[in-house]
Amino acid sequence: MTAAVPAIRAAVGAVVDPEIPALSIDDLGILRDIRIEDDRVTVVITPTYSGCPAMDAIRQDIAAALRSAGVERFEIETVLTPPWTTDWMSAEARERLRADGIAPPIAGTVVACPHCGSATTEVVSRFGSTSCKALLVCSACGEPFHHFKEH
Amino acid sequence: MTVATVAGLAGYVLRHGDDHLIIAQNLSWWISRAPELEEDIALANIALDHLGVATHLLDYAATLLDDGRDADDLAFLRSEREYVNSLLVEQPNADFAHTVARHYLFDEYQVLVWDALTTCRDEMLAGIAARAVKEATYHVRHSSAWVVRLGDGTDESRRRMRTALGWMWRFTAELFRAEPGDDDLVARRLAPDPRDLAPVWLRRVEAVLGEATLDVPAEGAQRTGGRSGHHTEHLGHLLTDLQWMQRTYPGLEW
Repeated sequence: MTAAVPAIRAAVGAVVDPEIPALSIDDLGILRDIRIEDDRVTVVITPTYSGCPAMDAIRQDIAAALRSAGVERFEIETVLTPPWTTDWMSAEARERLRADGIAPPIAGTVVACPHCGSATTEVVSRFGSTSCKALLVCSACGEPFHHFKEH
Repeated sequence: MTVATVAGLAGYVLRHGDDHLIIAQNLSWWISRAPELEEDIALANIALDHLGVATHLLDYAATLLDDGRDADDLAFLRSEREYVNSLLVEQPNADFAHTVARHYLFDEYQVLVWDALTTCRDEMLAGIAARAVKEATYHVRHSSAWVVRLGDGTDESRRRMRTALGWMWRFTAELFRAEPGDDDLVARRLAPDPRDLAPVWLRRVEAVLGEATLDVPAEGAQRTGGRSGHHTEHLGHLLTDLQWMQRTYPGLEW
């Protein structure tokens, strides 16, 4: 193997979710494992929602990242257990989502506006532009925003 | 697992996979046609969830069947008689109330099925269920809200919702019938007994219909046959759309 192990991990970890480019697949908890044995790399990923259409694009991006890191022999494996939940998302990732204008998943019922911080927000539609997001609007600043649903 | 149990499980997984594939295909007709933009997006999202579950289930069914076919072969190359979805999911969209009725009755059933499967002894099914139960719970919130809004709405919306429920009701008993092989799966705790789910389902449906000021449809003749490939005329039309590309250009990939 020509590529160094840290370089491989960095390259795969940097692949972003095409529908939420503020987060990498590592931030989201989609990336489960990278196994490196001799000259063969296995990347293990898990889908978020059952029908997440970004998974194919993510697989292609992982393959491209591995090739650009000099890896020729690799496999991308999809596992369903343990199941993904929003608990797999780190605190840092949640903050990055908020900074990007998307209210992060929360345990409670009050979704704060990611723009002005107001807690007086309401749901416009429980379904948004992607499976993982709902559409809300802030009563204080009047801005609509996406909310990454608890799952 | 014995050969008979694997075959029973394959049948079970295929029945559920077909339910999700057909309801996804049926629902996706609404894309660009829904009564409002938010609803259009909602229905597209719900259809996508069902398609995702169908993909996982048909992948698993193909693994269990182990006859050289993959999930795409199962979806695109089986004839109408080989499909084992319930009659409910193939019923036409008709008007929006019919679509809402079909989904609401199916969603309540799905929540119960997936909830039970999260603790089943089959690791793959439990893994699929862990995601699907959350999606189904989200779906039922949407469909039950529409049942209430239309049922307890205008004279016209109420009339349509009542007609739609009357139409769909006759296909609900089929969901709770034990099919050949199910008893073995239940005994091995690989799947719930569908008969056990019926009373809970009925209680939940009665509560929502009560809120919608609608009566539970009168007990009448129930239609079955989907699980053994005897479908209503609607499935053939639906499959014509679904399978057109692969039937016209066999093996086409892009």
